[in-house]
Amino acid sequence: MRHLMTPMDFSVEELDKLFDLASDIEKNPEKYAHKCDGKKLATCFYEPSTRTRLSFETAMINLGGSVIGFSDAGSSSAAKGESVSDTIRVISCFADICAMRHPKEGAPMVAAGRSGIPVINAGDGGHQHPTQTLTDLLTIRALKGRLDNFTIGLCGDLKFGRTVHSLVNALARYSNVRFVFISPEELRIPGYLRDMLWDKAITFKEVIRLEDVMGELDLLYMTRVQRERFFNEEDYVRLKDFYILNKAKMDLAKEDMLVLHPLPRVNEISVEVDDDPRAVYFKQVQYGVYVRMALILTLLELV
Amino acid sequence: MLNVGKIEEGFVLDHIPAGKSMSIYYHLGLDKLDCTVAIIKNARSNVMGKKDIIKVECDINTLDLDVLAVIDHTITINVIKDGEIVEKRVLELPKELKNIMKCKNPRCITSIEQELPHIFYLADPVRELYRCRYCDEKNTERF
Repeated sequence: MRHLMTPMDFSVEELDKLFDLASDIEKNPEKYAHKCDGKKLATCFYEPSTRTRLSFETAMINLGGSVIGFSDAGSSSAAKGESVSDTIRVISCFADICAMRHPKEGAPMVAAGRSGIPVINAGDGGHQHPTQTLTDLLTIRALKGRLDNFTIGLCGDLKFGRTVHSLVNALARYSNVRFVFISPEELRIPGYLRDMLWDKAITFKEVIRLEDVMGELDLLYMTRVQRERFFNEEDYVRLKDFYILNKAKMDLAKEDMLVLHPLPRVNEISVEVDDDPRAVYFKQVQYGVYVRMALILTLLELV
Repeated sequence: MLNVGKIEEGFVLDHIPAGKSMSIYYHLGLDKLDCTVAIIKNARSNVMGKKDIIKVECDINTLDLDVLAVIDHTITINVIKDGEIVEKRVLELPKELKNIMKCKNPRCITSIEQELPHIFYLADPVRELYRCRYCDEKNTERF
């Protein structure tokens, strides 16, 4: 039995298979409409989430399965003090697979250690969010046709953004991917990621102005500067509007450059960019459903 | 020069960085043993300048080598039988450590579920860096 805790749990070859399956699901959804008949997904969400939980639930329903679960810790047995280990042992009696989000880092890993069913980490604090990374990778592969030989710019909060860290780690396994990190000094990528890229002799550079590098990017991954990551309001207010992607900046980009964003967006991408065919962040949400469908099928060994 | 007598059965921890012997004494639980323990501080050393030495007259198997390796894996262990050195052990950084250090990350699941073991894995042998198995936070505890 396999679980998914981090994107690195799957080898590049296994990811290729997963993405092939997701692409087939996209092309032939009817072929998969009853693959999970009689199966149940438990969504155990100890903290609120709209997109991720609904994406998992949609994925299971699209496969013909059904969904049980809870969407905040207050309505679960955690409010009575039950441990994650005990909860997952109980859930294992009800469901065939579990997607777990928890504010404490490592909680899904604890669950996986005690579970009788596959556990998917649906986000654990600021630590990992592997299905977002799988979504990002599938989106790039589907729309660019490859996961190697490109220059990707990652812009915004590169210090605290777990989706950025996870995506950099995942893309570092593919050949000839060049990274351009665009952030203010205070929100630069953590040292351990720089060390990892140096150790692997992967090309990267760090810049402050987005305009200076727009023309060289094949992909631009935008992120939100999150208020909850700052200790003082003053720093947040100073940095939150540092990068706003607008039409003028898009005019500097290649004609086939793609803009991705894990969402939710606040104001870092101006709405005037939404109609640009290179803005693919809403398509990305759809790919999130396909990749979660492929993941459920893979972990349930139904393919 | 101070002389401390030979031991017949037991082990000698040599090349301890000067000043670390008392920390090792407590972390290895030597204070709880009912046997002879000699602690020599600031002994002269050609290589290190000054070093500490601990001599313990009991079975080597009572020693948790993982703890010792984390404290300082350059320490050498001489196993003594019948008053002679019969074995020299070299320490290696353990791949995994269980309940030796505690994760300090307030966002880690171990911060709210007290019964969980605190497990760290060796993330970077060159930098001697351990990370929590649950949250990947690096260990900052020093011995």
